[in-house]
Amino acid sequence: MSFHIIKTTVNGISADREVESRLTLADFLRHDLRLTGTHIGCEHGVCGACTVIVEGKAVRSCLIFAVQVDGKHVNTVEGLADGEELSPLQQSFRKHHALQCGFCTSGILNSAHAFLQENPEITPDRVRELISGNICRCTGYVRIVNAIMDAAPNYRKIT
Amino acid sequence: MTRVAVDWVSSAMKPASFDYFRPDTLEEAAALLATYGDDAKLLAGGQTLVPMMNFRLATPRVLIDINEIKGLDFIQQQNGSLCLGALVRWHEIESSSVVAQSNPMLGEAVRSVAHYQIRNRGTWAGSCAHADPAAEFPAVALISKARFTLFSTRGRRVVSVDEFFLGPLTTALTPDEILVDVEMPLFNSNTIWAFEEFALRNGDFAIAGVAVVIEPNDQEDFIRFVSFGVSDKACRLRTAESVIATSGLTHEAIDEAAASIKNDIDARSDIHASADYRLALTKALLERTLHRASVGHKQ
Repeated sequence: MSFHIIKTTVNGISADREVESRLTLADFLRHDLRLTGTHIGCEHGVCGACTVIVEGKAVRSCLIFAVQVDGKHVNTVEGLADGEELSPLQQSFRKHHALQCGFCTSGILNSAHAFLQENPEITPDRVRELISGNICRCTGYVRIVNAIMDAAPNYRKIT
Repeated sequence: MTRVAVDWVSSAMKPASFDYFRPDTLEEAAALLATYGDDAKLLAGGQTLVPMMNFRLATPRVLIDINEIKGLDFIQQQNGSLCLGALVRWHEIESSSVVAQSNPMLGEAVRSVAHYQIRNRGTWAGSCAHADPAAEFPAVALISKARFTLFSTRGRRVVSVDEFFLGPLTTALTPDEILVDVEMPLFNSNTIWAFEEFALRNGDFAIAGVAVVIEPNDQEDFIRFVSFGVSDKACRLRTAESVIATSGLTHEAIDEAAASIKNDIDARSDIHASADYRLALTKALLERTLHRASVGHKQ
């Protein structure tokens, strides 16, 4: 067992903590920072619910340890909206009814946000490939694909 | 400074406890590995190791995180080979123009590795060190005649792909060695190649896969076929290769080659598929890839 002091930036706010080496980033976000928008499903990288953005890349927060984000920028679903103003991607999810129970939603939003920032030119097939890494048991995915496709032009403008 | 609440931590943590080291150099990592040996695991992408730790199927006492070591994330052409450093992630291979130019099969095969989020983190070297029989990279490495460089406090050694993969989850790496890079001879611009796998769901491990390379000239070994996901490791389909080398890519020869695969594959059954089903799939995939090759297709 070892403890480590980490300095990380989560949604633009610096967080300095001492963490046990085996603490996953997902547990760190939820239990220590109380950012419970990151959901935990399978805890072995399959379901995608815990997907967050580390240094611009969408990754599974259950498969990375908190100690590994020392000195890094982490973005969670809580950081997507600008205050009370939903991001264009979030607005699109609302408009298209792209969620029902919402358990998978934060992971899908983070996956799509990171992906669209890198690849704003996207096709429905690419979107389906992208969200094949996120399990949703409510929607059947059709509305999720529509929402992401509809939000994509916003990313073209800002890049 | 708050210490994370140890009361919930000790009762609710998924992985068993371990000591964590984050060396800055390869030499430091090798020294740690030499000290802790079998008690230690290297942590690169962690996309296989951490799930196993979360299930406590793996309980290493020491984790040596190599992610912050500089100079292990290169993708370059060098001395007629494509060279990749150990920390190159799947998504970097997938999106690299150097890879697309020097070994296009690799860029294509990597798209079948897990999901976008996993490919952002997982590394080829981690996959090779793990040596799952259904993994794509070892199959492409085998057909590309790759060479791996292993590093330890005892020095460097280069191991051919044939010597590296020994069996399921078993490689030539000794407990004190780090896989640091791979070299793969470049594909010729006239090389005909095809790669196909069958998995139950997008991103799953393949139940069967086939890779085919036909070089333009008559040098030794210019026709190479590889099967993966079917036996205990990726393997060459030597009988099928010699049928095509002798008779060319005619319909009859392709049928004969596809019918010959059981000579070279020791197919395994598991909960996902029987050995017979895997052989039937491999036969179909080989026929399909060879028919594509017969019209000079570069995938």
